Amino acid sequence: MSISKLSKTDFKEFVDGLLSSGKMVMGVQAHGERFAFDVLKSAGDLRLDYDVTILPPKKYVLPQVETLLTYTLPEQYKSQYQEGEMILLGVHPYDMAAINQMDILFSQDQYDTHYMLRRKKMTIIACDVATPSKNVFAASMGTATVHEGYDILLTDIGDAYVIEAATDKGRSLVQGAAGLANASAQDEAARQAVWDKNKIELNKHPLKCKPSDIPALLDKAYNHPVWDEKARTCFACGSCNTTCPTCYCFDVQDDVSWDRTAGKRYRAWDGCLLENFATVAGNHNFRKARADRFRHRLYRKGKYVPAKIGGRIACVGCGRCITACIPDIANPVAIYNRLVEDLGVAPKK
Amino acid sequence: MCDCCSVEKEKDIYLPEPASINACRMLNGTEMYMHIGLDSGKPLGHAPGQFVEVSVAGIGEAPLTVASSPTQSGFELVVRNVGRVSGAMHGMTAGHKLGIRGPFGSIYPVDEMKGRDLVFICGGIGLVPQRAFINYVLDNRSDYGEVVILQGTKCYADRLFCDEVAEWCARDDVQLLETIDLPDKQWDGNVGVVTTLIPKIGVDLKKAGVLVCGPPIMYKFVLMSLMEQQVPMDHVFLNLERRMKCGVGKCGHCQINGLYVCQSGPVYRYSDLAGVPEAI
Repeated sequence: MSISKLSKTDFKEFVDGLLSSGKMVMGVQAHGERFAFDVLKSAGDLRLDYDVTILPPKKYVLPQVETLLTYTLPEQYKSQYQEGEMILLGVHPYDMAAINQMDILFSQDQYDTHYMLRRKKMTIIACDVATPSKNVFAASMGTATVHEGYDILLTDIGDAYVIEAATDKGRSLVQGAAGLANASAQDEAARQAVWDKNKIELNKHPLKCKPSDIPALLDKAYNHPVWDEKARTCFACGSCNTTCPTCYCFDVQDDVSWDRTAGKRYRAWDGCLLENFATVAGNHNFRKARADRFRHRLYRKGKYVPAKIGGRIACVGCGRCITACIPDIANPVAIYNRLVEDLGVAPKK
Repeated sequence: MCDCCSVEKEKDIYLPEPASINACRMLNGTEMYMHIGLDSGKPLGHAPGQFVEVSVAGIGEAPLTVASSPTQSGFELVVRNVGRVSGAMHGMTAGHKLGIRGPFGSIYPVDEMKGRDLVFICGGIGLVPQRAFINYVLDNRSDYGEVVILQGTKCYADRLFCDEVAEWCARDDVQLLETIDLPDKQWDGNVGVVTTLIPKIGVDLKKAGVLVCGPPIMYKFVLMSLMEQQVPMDHVFLNLERRMKCGVGKCGHCQINGLYVCQSGPVYRYSDLAGVPEAI
């Protein structure tokens, strides 16, 4: 790990240098009053002061639609892999925490070569949050800062970025950047101050228990009335799924040419809130009730996925589901806090 | 994570293996039987209870539990014409190509049950996955105790593997009890749902291994009946069908509470499903 710093002017030069060298950079940019990751064409478009992106950078790690294989009929299949390297620029700590979880899920048990190869070809430049979004609660989930997974971590300390190159990939990217200087003790203290501040301020919806209390809390909550109460106004639109950085369920579909000589098989994002998520051929739906699907999502975040990834809670507190949910029922903190109140987990000290 | 590799050495878990249909025929009005071999000539390598993802290029994939015992050559599937993939399979004949991924999932307790009496409770097409274990047992007959097979079918015309069922019935080392829910004049046997056969089982149910497979509605009633007979929960094994889309524990569709059926199922010990309310 090497810690250095670049003035904001030099950083802009550094980013323009990346772009002119032909690297594919996905950077956070303004779209009206909101922000999104998109192909970066100029360093001037980059907005590392953003609050939150509409969709998480998951869309590059696990694309909305991804061709897994192509075929010619009859039954000649060929694996397809995404070519080219990519730099993600401006990944917030909570989104980095989500990608770290997905890295475990796609490599454990049955190794997913499509996901993992793309990840290996990816360089992630994370950045600490400079502007808290209106619904962020990362501080409650322990993801206001992150210390693993990225190649480079940027922290805005006013007139400069503190730059932590954590991997060989990260070091080779920043080395030789014009104006790169070693970070002083004062710079590192300024970075620590940003972390300390974010651990307090990224908390618009304070959770009334420790994240690690959630699995045990849910053990007692399966038949709690909150699921029915909340789901009563659920549209089953799946917005909470699609905007979630940790949701990774997908559907697999075929797309065949008009003359049925060739085609491709692709996976596409799916959502467990959608009505037919668990419907089998013959039209039997194993999770027909909206309240059951609503509960399933919260249990995946707080119990089922944590059991697969060493106890990490699969909600990173980005707050996107809260913003996206039209009837305003998706807020996980509101649900977990209600359960804490009704079922009594020891309150946070 | 490795920073330097650009070539993936691990195999692609989504890539089907080419296979060919050796023979196929209709078993009744809706179920088609297929005998399949991998084009590589290798055995499928499955154990009773496991499933494969059958791929039809241009249509998609569907999970099907293997209907045959690994003691036989090639493997057999039985598919009901209910969806897009199964509909396409129903248009196929011997010589047609398919893609196969798998085998996937958990297996029947073939070793644990050695020396024990076995009771197979099958509803309708639930006979198909059970047949893999039944034939495995019959091919290794001396390893197991008494064998009882209960088969419930909705109507006479839906009966499956009629010749094979008749052969099992004729054996003196198998007790086969069959019932029809909605009988017509071709049927003069037991009438009613499969649970009506449970009191007629000729072995000590409390000591036997009980294997259950059928439509979703059946499990609840069979389990109620077995619990009334005080069958220990850890002697009961359920074969649970779900929407297994990827087959490899990633896509999330088959989950029952925290369990991925494609990985920890489809065969479950009933006692392992305590606290898994979505299972039944």
